[in-house]
Amino acid sequence: MSLSTTDVKRIAHLARIAVSEAEAEQTLQKLSGILGLIEQMQAVDTTGIAPMSHSQDVTQRLREDVVTESNQRELLQSIAPAVENGLYLVPKVIE
Amino acid sequence: MEWEVVIGLETHTQLNTKSKIFSGSSIAFGSEPNTQANVVDIALPGVLPVLNKEAVRCAIRFGLAVDAEIAPLSVFARKNYFYPDLPKGYQISQYELPVVGKGSLTIQVGEQEKTIRITRAHLEEDAGKSVHGASPGQSGIDLNRAGTPLLEIVTEPDMRSAAEAVAYARKLHELVQWINICDGNMQEGSFRCDVNVSVRRKGDEKLGTRREIKNLNSFRFMQQAIEYETRWQIETLEDGGKIEQATVLFNPDTGETRAMRSKEEANDYRYFPDPDLLPLAISAEDIESIRSEMPELPTAMKLRFEQAYGLSAYDAAALTASRNVANYFTTTLEAFGGEAKLAANWVMGGVSAKLNEEDKDIANSPVSPELLAGLLKRIADNTISSKIAKEVFEAMWSGEGSADEIIDKQGLKQVTDSGAIEAIVDEVLAANPAMVEEFKAGKEKAFNALVGQTMKASKGKANPAQVNEILKRKLAG
Repeated sequence: MSLSTTDVKRIAHLARIAVSEAEAEQTLQKLSGILGLIEQMQAVDTTGIAPMSHSQDVTQRLREDVVTESNQRELLQSIAPAVENGLYLVPKVIE
Repeated sequence: MEWEVVIGLETHTQLNTKSKIFSGSSIAFGSEPNTQANVVDIALPGVLPVLNKEAVRCAIRFGLAVDAEIAPLSVFARKNYFYPDLPKGYQISQYELPVVGKGSLTIQVGEQEKTIRITRAHLEEDAGKSVHGASPGQSGIDLNRAGTPLLEIVTEPDMRSAAEAVAYARKLHELVQWINICDGNMQEGSFRCDVNVSVRRKGDEKLGTRREIKNLNSFRFMQQAIEYETRWQIETLEDGGKIEQATVLFNPDTGETRAMRSKEEANDYRYFPDPDLLPLAISAEDIESIRSEMPELPTAMKLRFEQAYGLSAYDAAALTASRNVANYFTTTLEAFGGEAKLAANWVMGGVSAKLNEEDKDIANSPVSPELLAGLLKRIADNTISSKIAKEVFEAMWSGEGSADEIIDKQGLKQVTDSGAIEAIVDEVLAANPAMVEEFKAGKEKAFNALVGQTMKASKGKANPAQVNEILKRKLAG
């Protein structure tokens, strides 16, 4: 599978990362290198091996359904750029 | 040209837990903004989500209720998109391996039964809320709802009319409350539906392009939105237009649907397994232990009412329409100990009519199952006629006491003493010679009029069967 700079720009846009033309070219090289590695790995015969979704072969620990958190709004909002009436303020969202 | 509408639903049900799906914050509704949003919910760096056991239990209960496969191993994935009410920049959801697999739900549309296939149900977290108009040029963000546990239930495109879609949504709404995984509160957003609608020419195999109506929170709006959207798609195609895949919103004021997101950038969520969460393992023992705690499901209860109590399919369906109605009926019947049909008639008749009139839920009925059972006993043992029973019921509804107290106090006991009834009949016959003549001349109607006069003279207390019999005998003699 080969990538183009158009793909790179699209992926960057989806991730909201600004890339210049020069960076897009560099990123293309790096990403293509990674894809090359993946291609090599895909050549390995994995018949009969269940795919893993996590690097550790353990399963999720569950939490009891108990409210353990108290209101820390004041503390948390003290590091927010803008707040008003308990709300975090962001540039207007248009839908 | 005949068209066919094809509908599939995605329903977000908010699960009945105390805390969030990945944090120990409360999910109580209506609190001050951001007072229930901790470091995990507002996505500070370095925090770790830990899965809520109860949310998993709710998902399993749902899976069992729709006869679905429960995945022994399911995986949480990141659904990536940018919106200010989603502070992480991704929603934790499930993608390739959801916790609940294929199942089904049978609905009733008119006289017809239809089975709707359920594709999957997966656990995910809710987003926060944007509050507009706070400050000019800015939006306010409340993250209290962020991280609230949701089970998203997805169907196959199996519905063929707005009525079927609404019947499915209602049935699902009842079921999630029945198994106690969701409070069903649609105003508060605990149960919201996205409806995928497409149209095609009747007989076509291929599905048309669909548009998704987002966030319907009432069954009435759902019906209206689907009907409008269907008409709009058919008209567009008949005018030679093309349907573009889109997300649309329903405006209840105009009754119209309108495209919401521009299609220039198709959504690409770039799902991948969330490295913060390990696979969720559910053992056969876990499933069996949850199965043993499940209440009797409405379908099984309906069948039992038909077989054990000899109720009609219609009656049995009405009595299992909600868990509250079913509880009311079974409690009444237990206290009454008599004929199920009589109890059923009163629950579906007198009780539900009054509840509708006063817009009350059966759980808050002023006449409790025990009170109703007291009335049924007096009907069954002929202490009162069914006509008087209605008066007693009204009095019970107004809080005047038990059936026995009211019957005593108001002297409503049915007259079954044949001597006393004969005396009344004699008076009626003497007072209405014209009717007697008419009857003897062959007018059957005159007989009913005489029965009516006798009942009236007894103030409704004479036993109607005895009145009939005595009148017949006297008129023949």
